[in-house]
Amino acid sequence: MATIEVKNLVKNYGEVEAVRGINFTVNKGEIFGLIGPNGAGKTTTLRVLSTLLTITSGSVKIMGFDLEKDPIEIRKIISYLPEDAGAYKNLTGKGYLEFIANFFDPKTVKRMVEKGIEIADLEERINDKVDTYSKGMKRRLLVGRALMIDPKLAILDEPTSGLDVNNAQEIRKIIKNTAKEGTTMLLSSHNMLEVEYLCDRIALIDDGIIVEEGKPQELMTKYKASNIEEVFTGVVK
Amino acid sequence: MTPATFLPIIIIALVFASIGNSIGGIDEQIEEPPIIGYIDYDNSNLSKIATTILDLTSEVVYNSNDEQEGLDAVKEKDGIAFIIIQENFSENIYNGLPGEMEIYWIMKGAGILDSISSTVFGEIINEIDKNISRELIQNDLEVNATTVLAPTFRNETTYFKGVEIKGLPPEDISGILSQQSTLIPIVMMMIIILSGSMVISSMALEKENKTLETLLTLPVKRTYIVAGKIIASAVIGLILAVIYMLGMSYMMTGFYNMEDMSSTGFSLYLSASDFFLIGLSVFVALLAALSLCMVLGTLAKNYKSAQALTFPVTMLTLIPMFITMFKDFDTLPLALKGVLFGIPFSHPMMAPRALIFDDYMIVIAGIIYMFIFALIMIAISVWIFKTDRLLTGSTNVKLKKFFKKRF
Repeated sequence: MATIEVKNLVKNYGEVEAVRGINFTVNKGEIFGLIGPNGAGKTTTLRVLSTLLTITSGSVKIMGFDLEKDPIEIRKIISYLPEDAGAYKNLTGKGYLEFIANFFDPKTVKRMVEKGIEIADLEERINDKVDTYSKGMKRRLLVGRALMIDPKLAILDEPTSGLDVNNAQEIRKIIKNTAKEGTTMLLSSHNMLEVEYLCDRIALIDDGIIVEEGKPQELMTKYKASNIEEVFTGVVK
Repeated sequence: MTPATFLPIIIIALVFASIGNSIGGIDEQIEEPPIIGYIDYDNSNLSKIATTILDLTSEVVYNSNDEQEGLDAVKEKDGIAFIIIQENFSENIYNGLPGEMEIYWIMKGAGILDSISSTVFGEIINEIDKNISRELIQNDLEVNATTVLAPTFRNETTYFKGVEIKGLPPEDISGILSQQSTLIPIVMMMIIILSGSMVISSMALEKENKTLETLLTLPVKRTYIVAGKIIASAVIGLILAVIYMLGMSYMMTGFYNMEDMSSTGFSLYLSASDFFLIGLSVFVALLAALSLCMVLGTLAKNYKSAQALTFPVTMLTLIPMFITMFKDFDTLPLALKGVLFGIPFSHPMMAPRALIFDDYMIVIAGIIYMFIFALIMIAISVWIFKTDRLLTGSTNVKLKKFFKKRF
């Protein structure tokens, strides 16, 4: 059974068609990347799959659960990291992780928080208020929050957005390792190198439609490109 | 500066203007001759001074010798007072004792504007005193100075909401009632604005701090998120309400001597069960207010816009506060009665007066209405949480198409 099955997904905002009938499947343990220009429909797709937005038409199944019929079941197995997510400023980093963990099985709270602290790797600063964190520290905390629950599916929107090289590299490693442990990853990114490094398969989305899909190496061969950036510019002209 | 800056000010002006027009002009009430009836058992030259002044200044609807018939006639004509000048009126005055006038007041409401007619008629009675004093001085009658200065004695009884209250004129009753019912509107306003802005701001801050998306993807029902936010604010509001209720109880027992009222034949103070009902009414009103604020909070884009969204809630507390201050619910025009009943926060403000006169029906109906209002608001909030509105500012496109097709 595929982790994600998207069939003819359409999402409109009033008269604006943000996603126009896309299809894709993501298998267990895969890192699947959605790449495309601004306004292509990447974030809308991720928000729909995260149960944040309703579907205009089509269907989405996550681990066999229908998105429209079983959103609560889906929320139990997914974790979503929005591009510009924030944390509660008046809480400490640890307090924030505990707050989120308490929404899940009470027996697993302690283990979740420990894992979150380990992923965030903020050392003693984990006990400081979120308000005092740098952008990089905040992002690490949020990645820790997203992955500490051992989700079946992690949906990461621009996971390294706005981070310096070192922080970005650290987070990529965390994503790669978490996927190895069995978590399926669906991510979007503008960073083509990141996509090439992280993703097992990618889908190029433009104007609400998936225009190309495949393994990075296969696509580079198909478009006689030396990297995904060239594939991207070749496809999205 | 945007049109939205001026909109609240324009709305305030319009609302208060329409309230003023609906309630009616003070000048008209002052100029209108009071409707009264009287019986003059004395038929002396001094009592004739009194009846002449009454005839000249008032619209007399009864002037005969049957007390019950006279009182009924005044009530029927929507009058304000029935006066009986006793048989020994002149004799007492000439003997140095005040002449007795029995005044039966028909009180219509306890608001500031409700007591204008009785205040006007009180001035007419004072005029009678002055004219009798003048008569005594001009004719150089041998009457002691105290009686010359205060020639009459008023034995007053007030009928209000079907209750007979002996020894108190309407002004005193209004005073006692306002002492007991002024604090509730003010405290209600404080509690609602404080707790309400907490709910609206919490939603606005979720959006501004970008925590809302994470919250909405957690495995918890949207109903629980809505309920959690409302309950958290309600607890704070409830603590404030309890502090207020305790303060009010101490103020009542500390400032006023209950035994002083024993001669009136009716208690104008609230009992313990009345306080319980007021507390319940305040709590349900708070719940209704916070549920409304939750709906408004979903519209807030950021903390700044949340501040503007507290305006409708503030208005909804100010309107009943002013209306109940000036007029009683019973004496309001039908349209305003509807408006007042429709605003959920009116009910705890009206509750003390209603409970003093054992009008439990309106208080309980108010509590039920507010509870239903709160449930509807919570249902709307949950519905909004399930649509795209929270994140995109618009509702489900399917819904829009549904309305487009049908309307």
